[in-house]
Amino acid sequence: MSKPESELHDPETTTREREFDDVEPPIGWDGQTLQEMLDESEHLLEETGHYRGLDELEFKEQDPFQYEQMYSRLRGALVSARETALHVSASPIVREIGELCFQIYTPEGDSVAVSTGIIVHVHTGSLAIKYMIEEDYEHGRGIQPGDVFCNNDNDLGNVHTTDVHTFVPIFYEDELVAWADGVTHEIDIGGMTRGHDQIASTNRHEDGLYATCEKIGEDDQLYQDWRDRGQRGVRTPMYWDLDEKCRLAGCHMIREAIHEMIDEVGVDTFKQFLYEAVEEGRQIMESRVKERMFPGTYREAGFHPIQWEDKAWQPGAQQNMMNHLPVEMTIDGDGEMELDLEGATPPGPHPFNCAEGSMEGALWVYLTQSLLHDGKVNDGANYAVDTNYPEGSVVNPQDPDRSYHTPWATIFSTYLAVSKCLSNGFFSRGFREEVITGYGEPGDALQGGGKLKDSVADAIPDALGDYWPVGPFDFSCQGLGASACRDGLDYGYAMFNPEADLGDVEEWEQTQWGLLQLSRRVKPNTAGHGKYRGGSGWEGLHTVMGSEDVSMYAFSIPTVTWSSAGMSGGYPGGTSYSVRVHDTDLAERAAADEPYPLDDQPVGSLEDQIEGEEVIRDQDGMFFPEEFENHDLLRYQTSGGPGWGDPLERPPEKLKEDIEEDIFTPDIVEQVYGVVGDYDANDREFTIDEEATEQRRQEIREERAERTQSFDEFFDEERERVEESDWNDGIQYMYDGVFEQSEEWAEEFREFWDLDDDYSP
Amino acid sequence: MTDLDKNRVQSLIEGEMSWDEMRNEVLPDPKDPDRFEKTRAVLQERVDWDDPILVPLNDHLYVVGTDDGRVVRADCGEDLCGVDDNWKRSCEVFVRDDAEEFEELYEEYMHVDPDWAFELREWYCPGCYELIDVDAVPVGYPVIKPFDPDIDTFYEEWQGRPAPDRGGDETAAD
Repeated sequence: MSKPESELHDPETTTREREFDDVEPPIGWDGQTLQEMLDESEHLLEETGHYRGLDELEFKEQDPFQYEQMYSRLRGALVSARETALHVSASPIVREIGELCFQIYTPEGDSVAVSTGIIVHVHTGSLAIKYMIEEDYEHGRGIQPGDVFCNNDNDLGNVHTTDVHTFVPIFYEDELVAWADGVTHEIDIGGMTRGHDQIASTNRHEDGLYATCEKIGEDDQLYQDWRDRGQRGVRTPMYWDLDEKCRLAGCHMIREAIHEMIDEVGVDTFKQFLYEAVEEGRQIMESRVKERMFPGTYREAGFHPIQWEDKAWQPGAQQNMMNHLPVEMTIDGDGEMELDLEGATPPGPHPFNCAEGSMEGALWVYLTQSLLHDGKVNDGANYAVDTNYPEGSVVNPQDPDRSYHTPWATIFSTYLAVSKCLSNGFFSRGFREEVITGYGEPGDALQGGGKLKDSVADAIPDALGDYWPVGPFDFSCQGLGASACRDGLDYGYAMFNPEADLGDVEEWEQTQWGLLQLSRRVKPNTAGHGKYRGGSGWEGLHTVMGSEDVSMYAFSIPTVTWSSAGMSGGYPGGTSYSVRVHDTDLAERAAADEPYPLDDQPVGSLEDQIEGEEVIRDQDGMFFPEEFENHDLLRYQTSGGPGWGDPLERPPEKLKEDIEEDIFTPDIVEQVYGVVGDYDANDREFTIDEEATEQRRQEIREERAERTQSFDEFFDEERERVEESDWNDGIQYMYDGVFEQSEEWAEEFREFWDLDDDYSP
Repeated sequence: MTDLDKNRVQSLIEGEMSWDEMRNEVLPDPKDPDRFEKTRAVLQERVDWDDPILVPLNDHLYVVGTDDGRVVRADCGEDLCGVDDNWKRSCEVFVRDDAEEFEELYEEYMHVDPDWAFELREWYCPGCYELIDVDAVPVGYPVIKPFDPDIDTFYEEWQGRPAPDRGGDETAAD
């Protein structure tokens, strides 16, 4: 194959000095338009079941070394771009946590490879590129060498509003050979409140700044008007500007790497490689399903309560709501996986609406952690899974007017159910070590912001301004669910990013200037009970200093209900609650060297450790933006993971460790696990009373026989409640919505409870 | 490739492996292709009945082949139902839906708000009262059957032999 030199690849010339010649459409391969390429690709997949009709991977088979070398090199270029470009950013979310990723797409918009990082975007960029193709940007807006595009419109291909994509088309000669896409998670995107996962917005117009597959630059330079819009449209213009430069720099690094690769191997080989890599991704997914899963049908459900009757700001949102997120997973004899969410509730006046692309992105971020650890993660795997996110539901509203600021709440609850479906398959095949009962849901512990007082502002660099945003990544460290052979990981897991990391507190304190961290401690009794317990969550305490105009809020789950339970007899972890203490005597205590609170343990004790004019203690850990004054206290909590197995089977010596490590308190251990003993809290030593333990465990078994009822008794009692709609308004919202959304699910409900055809909740 | 012998599979099932053993011997990909048969063999030795285990469903439940057809059986020997039925319909159940019941398991503020009509359903084996599953669902939510395995497709198409209750050779490769 030929190896022509690219005129665009000249290492002696810096990017900014380049001049790009426009190309005339068609810009696709072999004289095709991009739309023709996309149509042909979809047709071949439909007709043959293989990506681009490739039933054999000829290049891989003929020269596997070069094929694998190219994939590794491509992936290396993406990782290198990420690791280098993140240093351009100043936001700790990007620079410290690494909330960014880069990916490469075929001209028709199928992802080929993805860097490390927030790989949830492996598929979202694909949707945005396909939107641009289908809207014929090729002949209308124009797609030229040196162009730059931006998208964060969730309805067209994104996860949530604060994830912002930069796209760069990569040309070789007069053909578009690929697209580079970089995504960063912004600490602020404008919108009706501060924060990167807002809870108050109820529609698109309150979400903040949106770029809708917009051309934002040409000749590698951003348009002045676009830059001005960003600077004036967010609360943190410096972070916005540097994040954008980070994405653009990374995309340009990828473009350089691809030009080098094509110069070496020839453009025809490169093209063939792109297509085979996607098809290989599809084949890997199918073979991995057959290796790990069991054919059949798996069913679970997730739930997300929204207790907003007395909290929401907008009149239409002042109601209690529950989102229903049912999952039916089918594995057929060919190893094809189907995921069906029929019965999901309708979208609502809240920011938890989740676009189809968000759900698909979340599927990939979860499958790469559970089924495809070492596979080629790209859109090929996407083509191996048949999904039904019902149109018009909260998991696929198809309505750009909705708010999509925080779809993660919907994603977390849904994928708890997906996790259990997969785990039932792993368990049945003997892969107990791969079972994950779920995870603590990573709701944001704290968000918001404030302004430094003039006297304090003089102490920090002028470039930062007086406004300090609050968006710590404490939520990266939740408890992981148990597996079927060991306990869950304590305070170290985040479903949304397999590289979970909360970062150094010092880094955050350099951003959140007015917010001080008083403590972080393991929170007892957050872990889900079981023979193998879930990983533990933790709690922290903040105060405010040297600031004014401070408002903060928490997007927390699970709160007033659980999202799901454990497996095989395991329980869900404890729910989260909130405590805020206003107008405190913290300053006086500090001046007098007196103790100040470090936790709320035992639960309910925080207010005994500080004087405050107002104490707000709420069973619902989620609260709307609230004003805080200097020296106010704010306590928050992360979640524990669910457990696996009957708690009575947990060995007493494990519970001794749990008590001594503050995972559980002795009273809960005695009640749930039947392990009795004496705890010396000062020496952190628990002594098991073996005889009392044996007796207590026997009592619990006897209690089980006494207090349980038969299924028929349960059925009759529960059915009576169904007939009378004996539930709260939030559950009523759920059943009303599901019956309106899905006749299929309504039929199944009526059939299960043996109700008349005209029954409605 | 991981390659656990039967004793190591036994240790895995018993939960006896350390994290280092798990990380080095069990977690890496690719997995040992005969894990299913080894697991099935270990599980079969642990129960007091001879009918062949076809699919393990969870810690205490299996689909088992019997002369009267395929059933869901607990390891205590209790037959819950036929394979096509929902085994939860044969369980004893305890429903927690008020604060007092929740606080047997969780601290105050760290459980469901009782006003939300959301319950924990605990499913017990009617033979031995092992806790075999817990559901966290709103009041009125139908009782879902979590897994409906396609047993013959698995054995015939993925394993290349009939299921053990239909004359399959148990020693065939996974």
